[in-house]
Amino acid sequence: MEIVVNGEQRTVVEGATILSLLRDLSLPETRVAVERNRSLVRKADFAGTGLSQDDRIEIVTFVGGG
Amino acid sequence: METPLSIAGKTFRSRLLVGTGKYPDYPTMVKALEESGAEIVTVAVRRVNLDRSRESLLDHIDPKRYTLLPNTAACFTADDAVRTCLLAREAGMSSMVKLEVIGDEKTLFPDTEGLLAAARTLVKEGFVVLPYTNDDPIMAKKLEDAGCAAVMPLAAPIGSGLGIRNPFNIRIIIESVKVPVIVDAGVGTASDAAVAMELGCDGVLMNTGIAGAKDPVLMAGAMREAISAGRKAFLAGRIPKKLYATASSPLDGTFF
Repeated sequence: MEIVVNGEQRTVVEGATILSLLRDLSLPETRVAVERNRSLVRKADFAGTGLSQDDRIEIVTFVGGG
Repeated sequence: METPLSIAGKTFRSRLLVGTGKYPDYPTMVKALEESGAEIVTVAVRRVNLDRSRESLLDHIDPKRYTLLPNTAACFTADDAVRTCLLAREAGMSSMVKLEVIGDEKTLFPDTEGLLAAARTLVKEGFVVLPYTNDDPIMAKKLEDAGCAAVMPLAAPIGSGLGIRNPFNIRIIIESVKVPVIVDAGVGTASDAAVAMELGCDGVLMNTGIAGAKDPVLMAGAMREAISAGRKAFLAGRIPKKLYATASSPLDGTFF
């Protein structure tokens, strides 16, 4: 199915979760935070949150700033 | 004699808070942060780089050594600022945030209406809110009443290096609120930081003043010393300003 991750179209397998997406992207779960369709997904829920067609996922981290 | 800076029950020896943006490279940033003596460093929240082509800030900053203070820079609405804070708390471990709601791209002045609304929401959500605000004592009091853990009035526009444009308002803010007053933005050089501390501010937050200097590491040390000197001068109590001279040497016992 098709989802949008950080503004980019991406295909994921049926049954994919936030956790499997992070692993596919080689992103360490400890350093990121995730929104699914503008709602925060808690770290504890990464494994249990399934992805649906057209989901809009934001994965953020800390960068330099003032 | 020098008391630590206390924010929402947490104490810090350093009264200088430093940003992590705009350094020429990570090694310079790391050295500048060390030289500044800062314990609180601000960070921004942005999309991760999906192709992992850029280094991560967190490869260079040890969160055990520094208290990370995520900001809501570039948020123009209270809603975006609240979303950013929720994400920041989940990405990090702390609930302390530097709240910015920006009103205008050219000046980066705060939209205080949105700021107050976001502050109220975040305080309810259990955040320790440090709002970047303008040098308006009335707004500072409203932010304190909303439950903010400090108020952070600007010295001058972000990145302008103009120094404290309205020292009288900063003094009135210090007299008006009980929470710490941290001057945030507009500090250009060491004397600006010293002036803020001499006025009685509890701390100063800066980024461009250090990161944009020709030698950021040297400037970081200058800022550390300025903060310390200004704080000591404030505690020592300066002499009143007078128009005419008062002799420092005795007027009696002269032989001429």
